[in-house]
Amino acid sequence: MKAENKKSSIFTRVSDTNLLLAITIVIFFLMYIGAILFQGEGFLKPQKFFDILNNNSALIITACGMSLVMITGSIDISVGGVVALVSTCCAVYLDFHEGNIFGSILIAIGVGLLYGLVQGFLVAYLDIQPFIVSLAGMFFARGMSTIVHTAHFNVASDVFNALKNTRINVPGMGSVNRKGIYIPAYVEIGVIVALLLVVILFIVLRWTKLGRSFYAVGGNKQSALMLGINVKRTKFLAHLICGLLAGIAGYVYLLHVGSSSADNAMGMEMNAIASSIIGGTMLTGGVGNIIGTLFGVLSLSTIQNIVSGAGLGDAWWTGITIASMLCLFLVIQSVVMAQKKRALE
Amino acid sequence: MSAKKKIKTGGIWKKIVGNQMFIPVLAILILVIVNLIKDPSFFVVTMGLNNDGFPVLSGSLISILDNGSELAILAIGMTLVTAASGGQDISVGATIAVAGSAMLRVLCGDNPRPTATQAPVILAFLVACLVGMLCGAFNGALVSAFKIQPMVATLILFTAGRSIAAWINNNELPIVPDPKFAWFAGCIPGIPIPTSVFIAAACIVAIMLVLKFTNLGLYTQAVGINENSSRLNGINPTFIKFLSFVILGLCVAVAALIKVSRISTINYSVIAKDIEMDAILAVALGGNALSGGKFNMWASILGAYIIQFLTTTLYRFKVDSEARPAYKAVVVILLVVSSAPVVRNYFSQLTKRFTSAKKEVA
Repeated sequence: MKAENKKSSIFTRVSDTNLLLAITIVIFFLMYIGAILFQGEGFLKPQKFFDILNNNSALIITACGMSLVMITGSIDISVGGVVALVSTCCAVYLDFHEGNIFGSILIAIGVGLLYGLVQGFLVAYLDIQPFIVSLAGMFFARGMSTIVHTAHFNVASDVFNALKNTRINVPGMGSVNRKGIYIPAYVEIGVIVALLLVVILFIVLRWTKLGRSFYAVGGNKQSALMLGINVKRTKFLAHLICGLLAGIAGYVYLLHVGSSSADNAMGMEMNAIASSIIGGTMLTGGVGNIIGTLFGVLSLSTIQNIVSGAGLGDAWWTGITIASMLCLFLVIQSVVMAQKKRALE
Repeated sequence: MSAKKKIKTGGIWKKIVGNQMFIPVLAILILVIVNLIKDPSFFVVTMGLNNDGFPVLSGSLISILDNGSELAILAIGMTLVTAASGGQDISVGATIAVAGSAMLRVLCGDNPRPTATQAPVILAFLVACLVGMLCGAFNGALVSAFKIQPMVATLILFTAGRSIAAWINNNELPIVPDPKFAWFAGCIPGIPIPTSVFIAAACIVAIMLVLKFTNLGLYTQAVGINENSSRLNGINPTFIKFLSFVILGLCVAVAALIKVSRISTINYSVIAKDIEMDAILAVALGGNALSGGKFNMWASILGAYIIQFLTTTLYRFKVDSEARPAYKAVVVILLVVSSAPVVRNYFSQLTKRFTSAKKEVA
């Protein structure tokens, strides 16, 4: 038995999730080292890394929700629209209705939950294709946000701006500038929220019954049903949580940009899906890891930084790079899984 | 006797409701009635003169036929893709931008403001067809060879497409100098009906001939219903799926010709925006299962014109163009919910219970 195991390729001994996670982390570090080598000092400063986090905290949250949904074998492409809708609603509430912070947070969570509720019901209980449901959801959210408010405006609320400008210093990571003044490295509140959610989701997915049932449903619906898992409820919950996370992400996004516009978070669903896939979540379900998703977001934004740093600042290069990266990883996944299947046989 | 009759009428009712054409025809009826109540002048078709002084037909119905032609052409390809792969291509809008951009690049050359076209239109169109088919082949290869879900595989071009389109022309917006180029979407002098209607009709006739005289339709349905058993029957599912995407690419190129011809130039971020949603909606409205398998080409094409009918109606109701997707999304959701098997079963059981309760009372 043992000899047989030794003979078989390394693929068979590592679980799908860990294999894809390992690929992601290795590629991220290679990419970061490449960035340091070819683009010099910028990437060596810790603040550069924290800026990547600051700029992408909302993306991290949506990508986590996306991974969760993808692990159960479904998909949700409405997240970008929901982020735009939530940020528009909150900004309008804060600015035109003299709203307070708690009210706006409640709105964000409420809109997100409502979205998750409706889409989850349609997908899980009415058995409609998730892509169609969330495609309609995306268009609905985009349309609604222009109905709520069309023009671009900055949120003027003082409390909100105080929250927006709160910087949390990271000890020991600062740098000394040319004048010899020590500048501490900082992260925004959104990053703390995002990392907190990542940790919570990681724990839920790894060590709770609910988390394991997400994997079971995504891996094989029929066997999950045989195990006594309520498949429909599990799918519903995945969509509900994804909607909630999209709502929170909308607020975090607003906290980062501080302005409302119908074009907010354009294409974020795409970035979220791309990060999840790069992070080793399989589209077929049952395979995925939240830590991988975090690294997926980091890889994606690192390559964006590299592209814009290389002087290809034109907007179209970003789209092409993300798409080609997504393509690359999809093909890698497909090939790796085919190899593994062959090795197992 | 009366009971027998009742059952018979019940059967006819079921036949009508169960027919694939029921939803599209019902949708048309609802739209017609809404428009009749709101403003009967919607249906007036008049003979007027266009800007060049030639007689043309004008009116909302003509504009539906005219503007719906791209959608009808796309619906042809989308139906095949849906039937074969059980998924949809969401990159059609972006690939229209790519094909249109390639066409303009050939027509105008390096100079975005040429005084004369640099190449014959037919050559530009062939290049666009090639580009469209290449995009289709790319999607098709990902779906058929690498077994990636169609919607995710096409998500790649959905993101990159408009960027690639801008890159082809160095982000310039070339203008075709030849006024004849506008004929493909507008009217050829002397013919009162827009050319785009004829192009759409030609495409419809072509696909009908193909479906009638080749095994394409049968094979596509076989692959969509059960890939493994179709493979055991000697059909190559990989090739059929690939082919359906390539055909869609060809449809995209024809649609791009009309779209570009409408304004004689291109706007990369706006051209054919949200058209993928409309094309999928057309297939769904036609009563075709979005999970693949059997399809009805006529129903899809009718669906496409219904979508255009809806768009024109929304336009007449002065709905903001940015907000229009929200209304359409509601229609999609209502449609998919009403056609979901779970809902249908629930209602059929409900009516059964209702009728049996009625019988007991009697």
